[in-house]
Amino acid sequence: RGVSVPRSPPGRRARLSTPGTSRLSSAAREELRRRLLGLIEGHRVVIFSKSYCPHSARVKELFSSLGVDCNILELDQVDDGASVQEVLSEITNQRTVPSIFVNKVHVGGCDRTFQAHQSGVLQKLLQEDPACDYDLIVIGGGSGGLSCAQEAAALGRRVMVLDLVVPSPQGTSWGLGGTCVNVGCIPKKLMHQAALLGQALTDSRKFGWECSQQVKHNWETMTEAIQKHVGSLNRSYQRALREKAVAYVNSYGEFVEHHKIKATDGNGQETYYTAAKFVIATGERPRYLGIQGDKEYCITSDDLFSLPYCPGATLVVGASPVALECAGFLAGLGLEVTVMVSSQLLQGFDQEMAEKVASSMQQLGVRFLRKFVPVEVQQLEKGSPGKLKVVAKSTEGTEMIEGLYNTVLLAIGRDSCTKKIGLEKIGVKVNEKTGKIPVNDVEQSSVPYVYAVGDVVEGQPELMPIAVQAGRLLARRLFGGCLEKVYHTLFWPLEWTVACRDSNTCYAKIICSKFDNDRVIGFHVLGPKAGEITQGFAAAMKCGLTKQLLDDTIGIHPTCAQVFTTLEITKSSGLDATQKGC
Amino acid sequence: AAAMAALLGPAGRFRWRVRAVPGGARGAAGLRGAQLGKKVAVVDYVEPSPRGTRWGLGGTCVNVGCIPKKLMHQAALLGGMIHDASHYGWKVAQPLHDWGKMAEAVQNHVKSLNWGHRVQLQDRKVKYFNFKASFVNPHMVCGVSKGGEETLLSADHIVIATGGRPRYPTHIEGALEYGITSDDIFWLKESPGKTLVVGASYVALECAGFLTGLGLDTTVMIRSVPLRAFDQQMASLVTEHMAVHGTRILRGCTPLRVERLSDGRLQVTWVDLASDKKDTGTFDTVLWAVGRVPETRGLNLEKAGVRTNPNTQKILVDAQEATSVPHIYAIGDVAEGRPELTPTAIMAGRLLAQRLCSRSSDLMDYDNVPTTVFTPLEYGCVGLSEEEAVARHGEERVEVYHAYYKPLEFVVPERDASQCYIKMVCLREPPQLVLGLHFLGPNAGEVTQGFALGIKCGASYQHVMRTVGIHPTCAEEVAKLRISKRSGLDPTVTGCG
Repeated sequence: RGVSVPRSPPGRRARLSTPGTSRLSSAAREELRRRLLGLIEGHRVVIFSKSYCPHSARVKELFSSLGVDCNILELDQVDDGASVQEVLSEITNQRTVPSIFVNKVHVGGCDRTFQAHQSGVLQKLLQEDPACDYDLIVIGGGSGGLSCAQEAAALGRRVMVLDLVVPSPQGTSWGLGGTCVNVGCIPKKLMHQAALLGQALTDSRKFGWECSQQVKHNWETMTEAIQKHVGSLNRSYQRALREKAVAYVNSYGEFVEHHKIKATDGNGQETYYTAAKFVIATGERPRYLGIQGDKEYCITSDDLFSLPYCPGATLVVGASPVALECAGFLAGLGLEVTVMVSSQLLQGFDQEMAEKVASSMQQLGVRFLRKFVPVEVQQLEKGSPGKLKVVAKSTEGTEMIEGLYNTVLLAIGRDSCTKKIGLEKIGVKVNEKTGKIPVNDVEQSSVPYVYAVGDVVEGQPELMPIAVQAGRLLARRLFGGCLEKVYHTLFWPLEWTVACRDSNTCYAKIICSKFDNDRVIGFHVLGPKAGEITQGFAAAMKCGLTKQLLDDTIGIHPTCAQVFTTLEITKSSGLDATQKGC
Repeated sequence: AAAMAALLGPAGRFRWRVRAVPGGARGAAGLRGAQLGKKVAVVDYVEPSPRGTRWGLGGTCVNVGCIPKKLMHQAALLGGMIHDASHYGWKVAQPLHDWGKMAEAVQNHVKSLNWGHRVQLQDRKVKYFNFKASFVNPHMVCGVSKGGEETLLSADHIVIATGGRPRYPTHIEGALEYGITSDDIFWLKESPGKTLVVGASYVALECAGFLTGLGLDTTVMIRSVPLRAFDQQMASLVTEHMAVHGTRILRGCTPLRVERLSDGRLQVTWVDLASDKKDTGTFDTVLWAVGRVPETRGLNLEKAGVRTNPNTQKILVDAQEATSVPHIYAIGDVAEGRPELTPTAIMAGRLLAQRLCSRSSDLMDYDNVPTTVFTPLEYGCVGLSEEEAVARHGEERVEVYHAYYKPLEFVVPERDASQCYIKMVCLREPPQLVLGLHFLGPNAGEVTQGFALGIKCGASYQHVMRTVGIHPTCAEEVAKLRISKRSGLDPTVTGCG
């Protein structure tokens, strides 16, 4: 968000910048006036300033210390600055700079602004404005966050996505798209496919294909190809956001106060944004053991898929799907793999199936160390890969074992990224044990305007398609538009009854937006005096007429119009809307 | 003291059990046939093909159909995977294919299945006769053994399940002498070499597909439209994919004659029906896949009074699978109006046996039968084609959702996915009942099966949209179908997720 500068069209610039006092034509003056008013009305804080003016600098500092985002127009740096100053003085009766507007109100110059600050008027003026920078800010550019942002943008809302990946302890970082695309489902399935192809190569001999006997696998070729694909996905996500006009900011988001977030970019540059609603979709990152040597020498799934060298003999610690999947494809690529499991395999899954998975992996050559936990990791040799010694302790007794590996991959679980995003500042409740955010069944957190989707939500399966679906549905509920409810009925005008005219010709129908408080977005009536009836309702719709308001309205008896106050049958219910009896 | 008989051709993996009559054997048949005191016999005899190919118990599917077809398809897919593997970091030289080795492995598997069927019949105490059977009267069948010995069998109930055999276009000179059919291709000891496949059926396209995949120079000659009974948009994508991947496709052509050249190769002369121009080509093998004829002619059906459709030669049946003679039934490919698919034959047979044994009164439901064509890019479908849906409900009442997609496996080896396509045919009126699903892509059979259940349960478009996808799979693309044909929006791949 740079400073909006009202630029003159090129043709006019020459005329405006004529030396000496400006001689604006009345048309040009009117045009400039409109532009300045647009600038003032369209922004929370506008400062007309000159870059060399010390008073202007003081005012800018004041707003910056308040954490308020300002739009600054440096009159000495624009071509038509003199004309702007001239028109501005007409608007404000103030010929000097700085000239400060807060929420369309002209506060005045430097001194008056500081007075307003001291008396608290300035703060009040700042608070008064409900108009935030954005309708929705999504923190986290993973599957859930992106789907929510895009859907909200498609519903015509101003949306921002904040996404910055904090590098893993091993220094791995990645682009837009979250876990699934960068360090999850996508690279995982591709490495799985690579391993399956190894099996296919073996099979193919039986099916008559004559391959050279020695087939070797090259890790670098594979990771390069996979990272190339992941990179293309990152770019396509960025493109999709651009096309949908979602503002994407590669910064780390942290709440500083209600409705306001601080975005810190990779260089430590801070910017503040406000929004009416927030969605937290920061997901999770792999957990470390908290033992000596783990962060220094172990890798996690965050690092594995872009590892620049073949991991060699690998110890996978953990019993999660991630652990077994990684162990499986590493073994399939011909590496020596050991899995260390502290208790149950694939907790939460059917245990008979889990054991069968393990025994099928054993057949592939994966070694399982059951009921052990690592207590120390030491580096014996540096290198790519190096050599590590792992000391592990039995969970049942005092037995200790040691093993030598090239790589130790931790897959012992994941922690929610809810710690350092300022949730405590605005009072969003977080489950202290799991770090997850409890939400109600509309994904709302303990703070009404803050929602959460994806892995960060308490009690939801950690699956990418669920996050996508939840994000999309959340956006629809928040911003409505897509899903309508139709109420309808046939009615029999009183004046037709005696005349014995058909009782099921006249028809009333309203269309309500399901996710916008059942706001009435369509109104249809077929019957006598339709024009007279419709007019009033048209006005009511302009005022945000809802179904509830219609229901609360007392009908005027006996009229045709009253039928709209008693609409009960929705079209989707399939119930009969014809008139029976009186 | 003959027992009673079921006449059986291709048995699938199911054991036909028929209620026994004579002698002392009285009473209700049981599901376990003889175990429950019922006497059941199976009579099966394979007439060698004109090329002399013969096989064992199990029928078309096991011996000369689905099973060897899918194995050879798999062999061809493996060729593609070997190509992919190098992109995934496997260092492998591009290999050659040895037909003999594959054929032997495939044939060994088929023989093991033949054996398995024999053992199963024995376990269930079903008497098996390797006889060629024909009716003597409505309750009696005469079986002729290989040696010419005749045996008379009589039964309370008789089930005809003789299936069909490939049709030879005998009006074409040299067709019978030099051509082979699907009865032979899976049992060839030597590679068929450069092959001309004549026909537009799924058998033709599947065979041409795997032959191409195994590296053979393959041509398909199609007289009019491919995969006639299938959705035509899907059918044209299937052939387009094959053409892009090396199968030569001659559309609108029909062969006139086949001659043997002095070097043993076959010269085929054909005519382009549009231009009336003649052309010739030389092939090592000519494979006819121009349809199948039901095996009803040798059965002396008129002696039993069983009526057939004079045009198709198929046996007329009712919803109970009964023929015009109430105690004689027909199931599988030999019955008129039934899909020629193994699983429908198996299920129809099982349900029939249960009804005959008074175990249940359930009828076979022939609606929404799912199937998959194993062309190099597989095509799975269930329910109505777009054309059929429009014909039944009218264009205005049908909404078609569709999408092109790129399977994740394809991206790394940069495989072309321009024919990977899904469409779901729905009623337009909410909740938009799903009428048909068509899936073109890898593992189409695996993908389609579950959705077939959904459609059986009355799935609507909304149900499908509310289904969470399994990521990353091709099947999840079905749950992401959001673009309707009517909207005119572009259904090609845009970005991800």
